[in-house]
This record gives sequence, C-alpha cells and structure tokens, in this order.
Amino acid sequence: MAEGGPAAPGPSAGRGSRALGNRGVLVSSASTVLFFAMIAVVVVLAPGSGVVAERFFDPSHLWQSLVGSEGLPSVLGAFWLNVQIFMFSEVFILILALVIAVVRGIPGPVFFPFRLVAVAYTDLFRGVPLILVLYMIGFGVPGLDLGFISYLPDVAYGVISLVLVYSAYVAEVYRAGIESVHESQNVAARSLGLTRWQSLRFVVLPQAIRRVIPPLLNDFIGLQKDTALVSVLGSIEAARAAQIYGASEFNYASYVVAALLFVLITIPLARFTDRLIARDKRRREAGALA
Amino acid sequence: MNEHPALLLEGVYKSFGENEVLKGIDLMVEPHEVVCLIGASGSGKSTLLKCVNLVEPIDSGRVVVEGEEITAQSVDANRIRRRIGIVYQSFNLFPHMTVLRNVTLAPREALGTNRAEAEKNAGDLLERFGLLDKRDEYPDRLSGGQQQRVAIVRALAMRPHLMLLDEVTSALDPELVAEILAVIRELAREGMTMLIATHEMGFARDIADRICFLEAGRILEQGPPESIFTAPEHPRTRQFLGRIIEAGRL
Ligand SMILES: Nc1ncnc2c1ncn2[C@@H]1O[C@H](COP(=O)(O)OP(=O)(O)O)[C@@H](O)[C@H]1O
Ligand SMILES: [Mg+2]
Repeated sequence: MAEGGPAAPGPSAGRGSRALGNRGVLVSSASTVLFFAMIAVVVVLAPGSGVVAERFFDPSHLWQSLVGSEGLPSVLGAFWLNVQIFMFSEVFILILALVIAVVRGIPGPVFFPFRLVAVAYTDLFRGVPLILVLYMIGFGVPGLDLGFISYLPDVAYGVISLVLVYSAYVAEVYRAGIESVHESQNVAARSLGLTRWQSLRFVVLPQAIRRVIPPLLNDFIGLQKDTALVSVLGSIEAARAAQIYGASEFNYASYVVAALLFVLITIPLARFTDRLIARDKRRREAGALA
Repeated sequence: MNEHPALLLEGVYKSFGENEVLKGIDLMVEPHEVVCLIGASGSGKSTLLKCVNLVEPIDSGRVVVEGEEITAQSVDANRIRRRIGIVYQSFNLFPHMTVLRNVTLAPREALGTNRAEAEKNAGDLLERFGLLDKRDEYPDRLSGGQQQRVAIVRALAMRPHLMLLDEVTSALDPELVAEILAVIRELAREGMTMLIATHEMGFARDIADRICFLEAGRILEQGPPESIFTAPEHPRTRQFLGRIIEAGRL
C-alpha cells in the first residue's frame, strides 16, 4: 500500500521516528534497552532459571523440534496443517455466516421459520464450547454409519466443527454491519425499482461488509489459534506435534516453537487489522469535515 | 397515447402504529402536469410520496399509475416503481459507488440495459446537468447541490413517466438551492409529470399547475397557484400562508 503524507526526511526514517523526532528516538531506544535488560536480569537471576533455559530454550531442542527427527514429527511441518485448516474453514465460514445473517434479516411472516432457525443456530453455537462441538462431531458422526459422511478424515470433522462454531460469531458480525447501513439506502434502492434482493446485493451488503472487515479479521485471529484444538480428534497439527516431541524428549522447547509459529502468523493479520481500523478512522474524520 | 391520468390516489389511508398520518387522500395528476404539495412539517407530505410507489405500504385505498393499479394483489410493484422516479431531501446516493455507477445501477439491474448503453445514457444525462466531469468521483467528494443533481439524474436514468420530489432543496445551503430549482424548471419545461413536496413557496407558485394544501393527513384545499396563494378559501390555508409570509418566505 502506498504511504500518503509528506515525503520522509531520510530513506530509512520510518513512520514512528518521523513522529517522534531525533530526541524522541534516542529516549525511546534507551528506555526500550533498559526495560528489556531489566527483564533479562530478573529472568536470569531467578531461582531455577537454568532449568527453565534448558527445558524451554535449549537451541538444539528448538531446532530438532522445528524440523523433526527420526520418529518424531516436525512442528513446522505439522503447522502447515493448521494453516490449511484455517484457510479451508475461513472460506466456508465467510459463506455460511453470510447466509445466516441474510436469512435472519428477511422480513415477512412466511420467512418466520427460517429466521427462527437462524436465531437458534447462532444462539446454540455461540453458547457451546468449541471442544464439545469437536467431540460431538468428531466422535459422534463417524459412529453414526451415515455413508461417506461417517468416513471422512479426522481433520474434516475438525474443519466442520470450526465452521459451525465460528459461523455463529461471524454471522453476528455481518448482522451488525447490515444493521449499521441506514434504511434510507434500502429505500433509495427500492425506489429505483430494484428488488429487495438486488438492494441487498448491490447496495446494503457491500457497505455492510466494508464496515465489518476489522472485526472479521479479529475473529480470524481467534480462528487461527483454535485450529490447534482440532488435535483432540487425532490430527497431528503443530500443538500435537509439539506435545509428541515434548513427551518423548522430556523437553518443552517444542511448545515454544509451536507458540512462536502461531504468534508469527498472527502478527501480520493483527497489524493489517490495525491498519484498516486506522484507515476507517481517517475516512470517518475526513467525512465529518466534508 | 394514454388517456389515463399519470397518477390517481383514491381514499389512501396510512398509519404508523396509533398515529394516523394519511386520512383519506384523493388526488389526480394528469400527464405533464406539475402538482406541488405544501403544508406544515409533519402534515404527511413525505409519507404521501412514499405511498405512491409503495415504498411505504398503505393501509387502504388505491394507487393507480397510468391506469395500472399498483396496489392490486396481482401486480408486481417493482415493475411499476421503475416508471416512477423519486428524489429525497437527503439525496441518499450510494456512497460506495462512483457517480456513474450510481446512475447506471438501476437501469442495468432492474431494466437489463447493457452496460455500454446504460453508460452512454448516463453520460448524456450527466453532461446535460453539468456533471460529466464528476462521473468517476465518489459522492462524498461532491457538494450537496452536485449530490442532489446526481440523485435527480439517477432517477431520470430510469426514464420515469412521473417524478416525485420530496423537499429536494431543504438539505442544501441557500446558495445551492437555485441550481436545483433550475434543474426542476427545466424538467417541467420538457413536460415531465411531477408531484413536488416543497417549502419553497415562490418556486411552487412559479412552477405548479396546481397546488395542494395538506393538513394533518388530508388535502384541505387545491387549485391553481393564483387562487391558492392570493385567495385561499380555507382558514387553515390562510393561517399557514400567513406564517410563511411572516417568515419572509413568500
Ligand atoms: N417511518 C415512520 N415511522 C413512524 N412514524 C412516521 C414515519 N414516517 C413519518 N412518520 C410520522 O408521520 C407524520 C408525517 O410525517 P411526514 O410524512 O414526514 O410529514 P412531512 O413530510 O409533511 O413533514 C409525522 O408525525 C411523522 O412522525
Ligand atoms: Mg417531509
């Protein structure tokens, strides 16, 4: 994305340093170094710090668990499964949640039962803990002997559970967005002869979705982490791989590796969300001035 | 071509909950006629206009557009709505679309006009109303007067047979009012049939073939502007116009 505003004073001057000025940069650097140095001192001097370093941060264990070894899964390799689960689930969640949100908003007595189902769905799946849904779907459905539906790979039941639960949340996010679009927009569209559906599709939803992108991204940060829970169904994703390593080597470096991988993939999404929120804020302020 | 009135309302009633807003409206608008609705705030002008194209469903009565009863059960209201252009006080442009897309959306989606033709028609209309250089702008980059002109163009792009204008200058700064009134005069000169709710009495007197005075959901008095403005019969009309004159708006 292009950076707006005046040209930076120097090629290496970032947004933060420009805002702070030279003195500010010095002070903030010094304070940062001091702060982390104090934490390091406390950690190193704390009783048992040697054991902690050995159990959690031993470099050879960190590396071994990351890449895997004979008989032990690689945490990085297993993490690829988390990424896949996340991406699959996300697509289905975006679609299912939109359907639920739209159905919930259809007026008229004929659609009462549909609205009822949509409301019951969101109430139910927002209320039940994800891990229970995973147990019910992952252990329940295979036991039902329902043809191919009962013989899917474990990870598929994980994806289905995530989609069921997260769609309930995301549907509410969509719904808030739809309700935030002023009714006069719908009236204007209908007055032009557009049908209810066309008004929703071309006028209301595009505005609603634009407004809820930041909260949607927030939910997806949650989803990224919750892919780890799919391991309860036996899939070897990053958290499970780390556990296998830890149990076999009596070392927890593998957990640190898995945690770092989750953090690493969350940070870009979090910064992107911040950026969108900041952009929306700028737009609103510009709009208020106009 | 068409001997039917452009618009016919018969015994139209409309309530919002307990609040009865329209109490038996009878009104006829002939083709090419310009009718102005005047009346105090809250007398039901906006509601009346919204009931004409059934954006607000009515409780009882009939609305007939060019001989077709839009209130009949079997009639597809969307089809008839396309012949009626409405412009609102608050413009209500679609903020996420360029001016061009605002104008071409309904012709393309509701009439099925192909893109090239819809954009050509839109371009012609925008040019006529001095907006061609704004075609790729988003509404928030336009002045109020420009936005309102786009809203008028957007309605005209459907080639309506009847235009309903609801206080289209009330949200504008005084210096922008004239440009919009000029546009409406132009439409009247071309023979557009219009039903106009307005507080601009000078303008109404100028442009209207007929004035209807609305009071508490009833049309109390109607007639040519000369007689309504100079010799109103009903005491309520006299009172209303008296207040307008006092406020220096006539
Ligand atoms: N959507 C609505 N819901 C409830 N009451 C409404 C609604 N629209 C208008 N009203 C009421 O109807 C009455 C007439 O309003 P309106 O038609 O806007 O009058 P006018 O345009 O002449 O000022 C007012 O009392 C107003 O409060
Ligand atoms: Mg009004």
